[in-house]
Amino acid sequence: MSVSNVIEIVDVSYSFGELQVLEHVTLSVQDGEFLGLVGPNGGGKTTLLKLVLGLLRPDQGSVKVLSTTVDEARRRLGYVPQYAGFQRDYPITVEEAVMLGCLGRNGSLFGWSSRDHTAAAQAMRETEIYDLRKRLIGALSGGQLQRVLIARALASEPEILVLDEPTANIDLRMEENVFELLRQLNQRMTIVVVSHDIGFISRYVKRVACLNRTLVCHQTSVLSGDLIKDLYGPVHMIPHEH
Amino acid sequence: MAEFIQALTHHEFLQNALLASMLASIACGISGTYVVVKRIGYLAGGISHAVLGGVGAAVFFGQEPTWGALLAAAVTALLVGWIHLRARQNEDTLISAVWAVGMAAGILLISQTKGYGVDLMSYLFGNILMVSRRELYFMGVADIGVVALVYVLHRPFLAVTFDEEHARIRGVPVELVYMVLLMMVALTVVLLIQVVGLILVIALLALPAAIASQYAGSLNRIMGLAVVLGWLFSAGGLALSFGPDLPVGATIVMVAGLGYLLSTALSSARRRRS
Repeated sequence: MSVSNVIEIVDVSYSFGELQVLEHVTLSVQDGEFLGLVGPNGGGKTTLLKLVLGLLRPDQGSVKVLSTTVDEARRRLGYVPQYAGFQRDYPITVEEAVMLGCLGRNGSLFGWSSRDHTAAAQAMRETEIYDLRKRLIGALSGGQLQRVLIARALASEPEILVLDEPTANIDLRMEENVFELLRQLNQRMTIVVVSHDIGFISRYVKRVACLNRTLVCHQTSVLSGDLIKDLYGPVHMIPHEH
Repeated sequence: MAEFIQALTHHEFLQNALLASMLASIACGISGTYVVVKRIGYLAGGISHAVLGGVGAAVFFGQEPTWGALLAAAVTALLVGWIHLRARQNEDTLISAVWAVGMAAGILLISQTKGYGVDLMSYLFGNILMVSRRELYFMGVADIGVVALVYVLHRPFLAVTFDEEHARIRGVPVELVYMVLLMMVALTVVLLIQVVGLILVIALLALPAAIASQYAGSLNRIMGLAVVLGWLFSAGGLALSFGPDLPVGATIVMVAGLGYLLSTALSSARRRRS
């Protein structure tokens, strides 16, 4: 059985001015994979995602997504940003915000199709925000807003779901809910999730890629103290079992 | 007030003034809503002040000032939009420069215009009592343009004003949509200059929509409410200014400002109680 790569990053370097953020990063993500991308703040995780989305261009190396260019593939990706790129007091309901995820389908710029409505409704049910659909986004809690962002990404019926710190702004119980949801979604799509919490995501993801300017790849089972030290520098470790 | 209503039935210039302020309020309520929710009041301010450069150039070369204003508004909208999209870091400084330099160019050009007594004050503070029938037609056509544009493009406008990055990922031509939106704001600015002058444009653009956004929960409703508020403020300002012979534009802005103050006090009191 041949396994196809849905994301292929080859020898990519990127810098913001003088600051080298990524250096010779090579990483492939297979179809159906659930990859966790971990590393310290400023280690280049978000930058790598933005390269995959085509929001940034690599200084060197190449990025291919779904066997084509990032620009071609972008609409087939669902992206959940770390920070909502909108004002919380924008006058828009949950339903309208989720529907915007359908943009990019044919004609969707001028009118929604019935397929758009179905996809958005399904996305809201899956993320358990269907009952909130008439609410203004300004009236939501942090966890509910996070679900709106995920629902918006799902409404586009993506082949790959890319999430940037989806649990950074919510409490622990919600965090588990979100990862349970991702585990279900992984049955039908490839998922790449960025997190700073290496211990937590290792319970859910199938493979962890550790990023701190350069890349070290590991299976979840071999997360060791040495690796964490390589990645974050010397830290005080407290062993804990989940 | 009774005096104003009586005068209104007799004087065509007052009827024209009232009609002009009503027409301007339509475009202003619609464009103003985007200005408020996208928080681009500063961009709109830059566009409106730089319009004087175009007016100055038009009178200097002996052309119609309105066309100069329109052209300058369009060019500045493109320039300001380009600054916003390309130069995030010093957006403020660059727009301040456009704002001031455009205005200075206008003042210089008007001062150098020979044999033509251009009333600079009428552009700075509006000349609604002098508005001509031809200008009313222009305003009507511009209103139809604004309404049609929003009817067709409401979804791209929503996508871009709500979340620019997401719109870009979904393949929306963000730059193009943003430029069209700013052009619409610029067109509205030119309409409003007739009524309150370029210095006070920003008040009439922002205040009705800002009040409306305290009560209405969707873009459409905010637009509708902002248009109605614009009608009330401009009719109220016109009526109040008539008796004591006050400058009309400034009175309209004062009425709108008072409305905003009251509304903000009311809505924060309401929030505290709930």
